[in-house]
Amino acid sequence: MYLVRRLLLLPPLLVVISLLAFLLVRTAPGGPFDRERKPASPDVERALRARYHLDEPLGQQYLRFLGGLVRGDFGASLKYRNHSVTDIIRQGLPVSLSLGLLAFGLALGVGIPAGVYGAMRKGEWSDYGVSVLTLLAVCIPGFVVGPVLVTVFAIRWQWLPVGLWESPMHAVLPTVSLGLYFAGKIARMMREGMLQTLRMDFIATARAKGLGETRVLMRHAFRLAVMPVVSYSGPLLADLLTGSFVIENLFQIPGLGVFMVNSSLNRDYPMVVGLVLLYAILLLGLNLIVDMLYAFLDPRVRYD
Amino acid sequence: MIINGAEPESLDPHVVTGQADGRIASTLFEGLTRFDPVEARPVPGLAARWEVSPDGKAYTFHLRTNAAWSTGEPILAEDFVWSWKRILSPETAAEYVGVLFYLRNGEAYATGRLQDFSRVGVRAEGARVLRVELESPTPFFLDLCSFQPYAVVPRQRIERHGDRWLHARPFMASGAYTLESWRLNDRVRLRRNPHYWDAAAVQSEVVDMLSCVVPATALNLYETRAVDIIWDKELMPLELMDRMRQRPDFHAYPSLGNYFIRVNVTKAPYLDSRVRRALAQAIDKERIVRKILRGGERVARTVSPPGIANGPLIYQPPEGLPHDPPAARQLLAEAGFPEGRGFPTLVYTYNTQESHRKIGVELQEMWGRELGLRVELRQLEWKTYLRAQHMLDYDLIRSSWVGDYNDPNTFLDLFMSDNPNNRTGWRNARYDQAVRAANAETKPERRQERLREAEAILVETELPVIPVFFYVGMELYDPARVTGIHSNLRSEHALWAIRRVDRGGAGGGGSGP
Repeated sequence: MYLVRRLLLLPPLLVVISLLAFLLVRTAPGGPFDRERKPASPDVERALRARYHLDEPLGQQYLRFLGGLVRGDFGASLKYRNHSVTDIIRQGLPVSLSLGLLAFGLALGVGIPAGVYGAMRKGEWSDYGVSVLTLLAVCIPGFVVGPVLVTVFAIRWQWLPVGLWESPMHAVLPTVSLGLYFAGKIARMMREGMLQTLRMDFIATARAKGLGETRVLMRHAFRLAVMPVVSYSGPLLADLLTGSFVIENLFQIPGLGVFMVNSSLNRDYPMVVGLVLLYAILLLGLNLIVDMLYAFLDPRVRYD
Repeated sequence: MIINGAEPESLDPHVVTGQADGRIASTLFEGLTRFDPVEARPVPGLAARWEVSPDGKAYTFHLRTNAAWSTGEPILAEDFVWSWKRILSPETAAEYVGVLFYLRNGEAYATGRLQDFSRVGVRAEGARVLRVELESPTPFFLDLCSFQPYAVVPRQRIERHGDRWLHARPFMASGAYTLESWRLNDRVRLRRNPHYWDAAAVQSEVVDMLSCVVPATALNLYETRAVDIIWDKELMPLELMDRMRQRPDFHAYPSLGNYFIRVNVTKAPYLDSRVRRALAQAIDKERIVRKILRGGERVARTVSPPGIANGPLIYQPPEGLPHDPPAARQLLAEAGFPEGRGFPTLVYTYNTQESHRKIGVELQEMWGRELGLRVELRQLEWKTYLRAQHMLDYDLIRSSWVGDYNDPNTFLDLFMSDNPNNRTGWRNARYDQAVRAANAETKPERRQERLREAEAILVETELPVIPVFFYVGMELYDPARVTGIHSNLRSEHALWAIRRVDRGGAGGGGSGP
């Protein structure tokens, strides 16, 4: 029931979001066809605006957009004039999706074990070692990590390519540059979660029952300790899947992240609205999944 | 593989506006003439030869009998008529349509004042004879014919597929290369057009044109030999310029572009030309060029770059105003602001970019020190900056212009009273008159005089714009590995002439993933 209600709420929510994006992007000064050189006659500009229906009243423009949306058409890009917004998403999303999933895998795959390990060795030198590393990962931004990795692995040792998106080898450096920060963040969350959970009564009970330490940690503590990571993962994944502006630019990767930023700078109205909707759908969908996972992981959580 | 610059907005020669886009569009679609690879002068393209009428206003072009689309069908005079009609049609809303206003009635048709296309100055006189009539003798008309808005485009494809015609296959190209694939923000892959009239001269089978906007990434790709050429000056790292200039594979040369400052002449105290001259003469341009840009740029006192053509001659611009702080102080005092007293705060506007900011800081310092002015810097994001410029919402604003064709008119035309790109509020009947007179002139020597007269009004007496420096074209390629690329004023490199020399020399410029 709860699920159905949440799902029913999605379409109106998306309409509101698209309307906000539609209006907000139009409040920015300048328009899609403002360039360094203006056409020789103002008639050309007028014709151009008419061609893309920008001369119509806003309400009518929005209805036109909704009409297209129903048919799965986000409209034409005003910047990339031979491509529709759908074309661009279709080309860029798979790339961003792959890179995002890889980075997400790296973040969880490295972050969770590192956090659990740190919690288990709390106070020992190895815990400090892990803490320092995770702290570094969180403190050094991707636009520093990326160039350093490129300089060392791609230019000095020439083990990996410096950029482009052609083979699995091309994905290594971007994945690490993108995922490292989140791995650090997740490790810290996981460590905190574990330590908090281990102080709880039911852990003492489990230990008193004579369960082995590994079993206590993995079966009992982990399920609860991982909760903050799970709730963080939803929006994180939505972020990662829609691409990273910095990493895509740095490695010249044809994903969506660059469009996410540039479409608003270009005043590419349909593109902005399309990408905002895409992001909103991913975010809402993933949050829904996270909530479902909650119910699964923590028996105390119930939705009615 | 070539790094070409930003992702093309389009590859349709009638739609593109950027230089990087034009480089690809013009290799896919050719016009009556094309640029020779060395000097970038117009030489026969799809037209084998032509005759010009004595008054310079009518051209008869004879198309090559082997001119063909990449699908093998012949390219005929009718195709040109249709193509020019397309770009002139108001529905196409081509932003570059202005370069076709030299055709008789071109402007009238484009602005809807004339409905009957048969009165526009282009007509097929037989399958392969094209007759073109112009409004006035236009000495740079053959140059324009190599420019992509004049290119021939495939009617069948466009009528059938509309905006999506570039995605239709098989691709119909009229130039040396045809489009193999186009992946956004990655690359445009070009393949040799087997039916190109000069296919035998095309040096490489496949060429990848990469999109990239980050100088460091471009340089990394080049250094690791993932790419062979970087040919966009925007991609040269400013902070490494001193080291770049030492490299044998770095090529910098004069180009048809200038960097200047627009002055809002509708606003006091900038209404007064003495104030504008004072501001101009207080700038130590040499310092800006040597200290900030460091790429070999030359100081500008005129808007026309040195070496620009006037028909068969080289245009000799006027002297312009020299750097002369005492004279500047004198002028400012005459205008009523001795030592800058009573002068309102000057706001200098520029768009977000490190080099523009650095130049702004220098100007602030120079105007402050030499003239006693208080200068405020105002940085705007690109579209906001453009809007401010169009609406005359500025005091002084950073500007630049890259010539479309090799003739001073490409710069002088800007500041005509009714040109939408004037954007200074400056209207000068004497200037308009001089430019018009120059363009009606058929004798190059006399035209030189008229042009010079016009430009002198602009850069010696009136100064609605303050020239700062001339751009240089910059490329990175190793001449031992790449041949057929030459530096010229236009920064035009005929792609068909470029070849990568590697092990045995087989294959050529392309490389697969």
